[in-house]
Amino acid sequence: MQGEELRQKIKEVMVEELMLDQAPSEISDIIPIFGGGGLGLDSVDALQLVVGLEKHFGLKIGNSDAARGILESVETIAREIEKSA
Amino acid sequence: MRTILITGGNGGLGLGIARYFLGHDPEARVWLGVRANRGQAEILAAEYAGRCRMIDLEVTCGDAWKSAIEKIIEADTRLDVLVNNAGMHRDCLLAAMPDDAWHSVIAANLDSVFHGCRAAVTPMMRQRFGRIINIASLSAVLPPLGQTNYAAAKAGVVALSQTLAKEVARAGITVNSLLPGFIETEALGGMDEEARKSAQRGIPLRRFGKPEEVAAAVYFLASIEAAYITGAALKIDGGIF
Repeated sequence: MQGEELRQKIKEVMVEELMLDQAPSEISDIIPIFGGGGLGLDSVDALQLVVGLEKHFGLKIGNSDAARGILESVETIAREIEKSA
Repeated sequence: MRTILITGGNGGLGLGIARYFLGHDPEARVWLGVRANRGQAEILAAEYAGRCRMIDLEVTCGDAWKSAIEKIIEADTRLDVLVNNAGMHRDCLLAAMPDDAWHSVIAANLDSVFHGCRAAVTPMMRQRFGRIINIASLSAVLPPLGQTNYAAAKAGVVALSQTLAKEVARAGITVNSLLPGFIETEALGGMDEEARKSAQRGIPLRRFGKPEEVAAAVYFLASIEAAYITGAALKIDGGIF
């Protein structure tokens, strides 16, 4: 899975795993996942997202430094999954 | 099927909790975390062959926890309930307490809970379900003389449980602590008859508790019905306060 299909699936996983109020189609590829001005998720959500990404895509995120870069947006997550495929 | 891991699986309370799950839930698969002393655990495992198993677990070691939980998930595909029950005390007035008495009691009672919870939460998050029940002690809130180490560790268990409860609630995991008072186990073995009578006079219900009375609370907190209880610290002490 890659490209637009992958990005759509990531959004569906985020909505499901993090119980977000938005529909997947309302999440843009580049909106920041954490902090103000973005989806506004917090560190607890980050932990759940890491577990969810491993469960659904087999993506293993080794440490919190790596997580910071990878979990910036749907786009950065998708690139990491595509890179590790 | 649900899978339950109970540490301190060779002690009176651990065995009582295990027996309660096995006797009340035919779907329960119980793992008893044990070390060298395992005679009583072996007897229970033989009585419930196929549903009760033992697993080597040095609770103060993070790697041992990781390995034990991997083995359990490999065998049962999931871990539903973790009961952190292992513990020990080495009572001594603080002014005379050796370093080792402090560190060993903190390690056995508090470090063990940290390592256990850390190892269990990731698989529980994957399942989006988990129940963690940490056995603290009445000493956490009503500490007797000579238990600075034990009381500090058990108060730490309560605080750890409450904090973790907030961190993992969204993942469908509840974390609660129990504070047993005087329970009829080997832990009271050092009390002579006069000390027992004296202690019982201080308990409104005028008796010590039974392991199955603590086990019943663990069983409930582990149930689906207890889904809205998290971060609680429940005293089971015959009314002492």
